[in-house]
Amino acid sequence: MLDLILSIYKIPVINILVKIIVIMVPLLLTVAYFTYAERKVIGYMQVRIGPNRVGPRGWLQPIADAMKLMFKEIIFPSDANKVLFTIAPTLAIATALAAWAVVPFGSELVLADINVALLYILAMTSIGVYGIILAGWSSNSKYAIMSTLRTAAQVVSYEIAMGFALVGVVMAARSLNIGDIVEGQSSSIWGWYMWPLLPLFVIYFISGVAETNRAPFDVAEGESEIVAGFHVEYSGILFAIFFLAEYANMILISIMAALMFMGGWLSPFEGVSALGLGDSFLAGSSIIWLLAKTAIFMFLFLWFRATFPRYRYDQIMRLGWKVFIPITIVWIYVVGLMYYLELAPWFIKG
Amino acid sequence: METFVFYIFSAFMVLSALMVISVNNPVKAAFFLVLSFFASAAIWLLLEAEFLAIILVIVYVGAVMVLFLFVVMMLDINMVQIKKGFVNNLPLAVAVAIAMFATIFFVVGGESFSQSVFTIPDRHGADYSNVAELGKVLYSDYVYSFEIAAVILLVGIIAAISLTLRRRPNTRHQKIEDQIAVKSKDRLQVVKVDAQPRKYEPAKEEQK
Amino acid sequence: MHQLTQFFDSLFLAELFKGLSVTGKYLFKKKITVQYPEEKTPQSFRFRGLHAQRRYANGEERCIACKLCEAICPALAISIESEQREDGTRRTKSYDIDLTKCIFCGFCEESCPVDSIVETRIFEYYGEERGDLLMTKEKLLAVGDKYEAQIAADRAQDAPYR
Repeated sequence: MLDLILSIYKIPVINILVKIIVIMVPLLLTVAYFTYAERKVIGYMQVRIGPNRVGPRGWLQPIADAMKLMFKEIIFPSDANKVLFTIAPTLAIATALAAWAVVPFGSELVLADINVALLYILAMTSIGVYGIILAGWSSNSKYAIMSTLRTAAQVVSYEIAMGFALVGVVMAARSLNIGDIVEGQSSSIWGWYMWPLLPLFVIYFISGVAETNRAPFDVAEGESEIVAGFHVEYSGILFAIFFLAEYANMILISIMAALMFMGGWLSPFEGVSALGLGDSFLAGSSIIWLLAKTAIFMFLFLWFRATFPRYRYDQIMRLGWKVFIPITIVWIYVVGLMYYLELAPWFIKG
Repeated sequence: METFVFYIFSAFMVLSALMVISVNNPVKAAFFLVLSFFASAAIWLLLEAEFLAIILVIVYVGAVMVLFLFVVMMLDINMVQIKKGFVNNLPLAVAVAIAMFATIFFVVGGESFSQSVFTIPDRHGADYSNVAELGKVLYSDYVYSFEIAAVILLVGIIAAISLTLRRRPNTRHQKIEDQIAVKSKDRLQVVKVDAQPRKYEPAKEEQK
Repeated sequence: MHQLTQFFDSLFLAELFKGLSVTGKYLFKKKITVQYPEEKTPQSFRFRGLHAQRRYANGEERCIACKLCEAICPALAISIESEQREDGTRRTKSYDIDLTKCIFCGFCEESCPVDSIVETRIFEYYGEERGDLLMTKEKLLAVGDKYEAQIAADRAQDAPYR
C-alpha cells in the first residue's frame, strides 16, 4: 500500500500537484483566520472584543462568513461585461496565488527554485492590478471606475519605490534567488539585511501596504468617498475571491519582508553562544522562525489599519514619488559605498 | 510537448494581436494587447530567456499598459466618427500595406530568420543564470551603449516634465508639506479660565 | 531650527510611532463591550420605549380624549377618535399609534394632562407583519395593565423633577 502511494507520488505531475496542495491549503486557512485575526485585533485596539459568537470564542466565524458568501446570489450589473466581470476576480486570485510558487519556506522547501524568483514575484503582483482594473471597468459603475483609476496610478507609483528597495537587497545578496538572499544573511542577527538597508526595509514594507491597497493607503476602497471602490458591484463568491486575493497578497508581502530583510528561516539566536542554547531548535534555522517573522508583519498590517486615518490621494502620490523614490535612490548609492568600504558582515567581496 | 506549448502561445499572441486592431472597444483592444505581451513573454520563457520574459511582464504588462489603460478609459472615443470613410480609403490603405509588407519581406524575408543564419541556442542547465550573463555583457562589452540609452531616457523624462510643467502663479493649490508640518499648538490654544461665580438674574416673567 | 526638527520628525516617522503606541496600549486595556442578550446596560426611569395606556386604580381608563398628544406628535403617528360615553364623559373610540412612524420623542407623554399615554422601558418588541406595529387602544391598554407596577414606580421616581 505504502509502496503504491510512493510510486504514485513519484509521477512528476502528481508530485507537483501534491506540493501545490501542501502550500495552498495552509495558505487559504491562514487567509481565513487572518480575517478573523483582523477583526479581533482591531476590535481589541478599539476596546471591543470582536467576533465571539460563532463557535468557541468566535473561532468558526471565518467559516461562517465563507459559507454565507458562497450561498449568496451573484448579481451582474446591467450593461456590465459579464465575461470580464467574472475574469477579474479570477485574475486577482490567480496572480496572488501564483506568486507563492517561488516562495521558499526553508533552504530545501520550495516549489519552484528559479533564478529570477524576486522578479517573478514583482511581475505577479504587477499583473494582480489587472484584476482591479478589469473589475472596475467591467462593472459599469462610476465609483468602480474611479477606484480603478486611483488604483492604477497608485500601484504603478509604489511599484517603482518597491522595485528600488528590492534593488538594494539584490545588490547586497548579489542574487535574484530568494534562497540565496536568505543564505546571504546568515552568521548572526546582525547579518540580516534590515540593518544596513533599514530605510529600504521601511520603504519596502510601506510600499507593500500601498500595493495591497490596505489602510492607510486604501483609497481604492475608500468607503467614505466611493462606497467600496472596485468591488462595489460584486457580491457572493466573486466578492469573496477579491477578499481572498487581498489577504493572500498581504501575507505574501509579509513573508517577502521576512525573507529579504529579516533572515527568513534563520534563527535570531544564530551564532550566540552566551545564552547556552547550543543545538536546541531555538538556535537552528527552521520554518518556525520564518512563520514567526511573517506573523510580525501581518500583525503590523492590522496595527496600521487600526491606527492611521486614510491618506488623501494627492498625499499618497507625493509620498510615493517625492519621498520614497528619492530616498531609495540615495540609499542605493550608500549601498554601493558600503561595498566599496567592504563593510562587514554584509558587504564582503566574495 | 515544448512545440505544443510554443504553438499554443503563438496562436494566442497572433490572435490577440489581430483582436487589438479589429475589436471595436479601445479598452478591450488594450486588454488584448496585454494578452499578446503576455504570450510573447511565455515564448521567451521557452527560449530560456527568463529574465527578458519577466522584465517584459513587469515593464510592459505591469506598468506601461496600466498607464495606457488609465488614459484609454478616460477617453471618450466615438467609433462611428473614426470609422467614417473606411470603405473609401480601403483601396489606398491596402495598397500601402502591401507595399510595406513587400518591402519588409524582400529586405528581411524568411531567409534572414532561417536556421542557416541563426543556430539553435544551446541548452543550459538549471543553475545557469542568464541574469548574471546579461549583467556581465551589459556592463562590459555594451557599457557605453547602455549608459547612453540611460542618458537618453533621462533626457526624455526631463523633456516630458519641462513640457508639461506650467507655473501658474494665481492658482490656489494645497501645499502638502505645510499641511503635514502643522502641529496642534499652531492652530489650537488651550487657555485656562478660572471659574467665576455667576450672579443669578431671574427672568422677567419670574419677577412678577 | 523648527524646520530641521520637523524634517527629522517626519523622516523618523515620529508621529506615526506616537499613534501606534496609543493603539498598542489600547490593545491590552480592559474591554468594555456589553454582551447584549446576556448582559444589559442599566436603564433610566425616563427610558422611552414602547407606549402604554394606563388606568386608574379603580379600573377606569385615564385617557380623556383631549387629543393634546395627537396635536403635539411631530411624526403624526397618533390618531384619535373620540365619543361620548353613556355616563356623559368623553372617551376615545379608537387610539392608534403607528410605531413605524413614531420617533420616540416622548412629547405625547409630556403633553398628557392625566398621565395616560406613557412610554415604558420595553424596547425588545417586534412585529412579524406591518400591522403588528400599529398599536391600537386594546394593545396599548394591555401593555399598560401588564407593566403598571413598573410604570407607576418610574413616574413616582420622576415626580420631583416634573
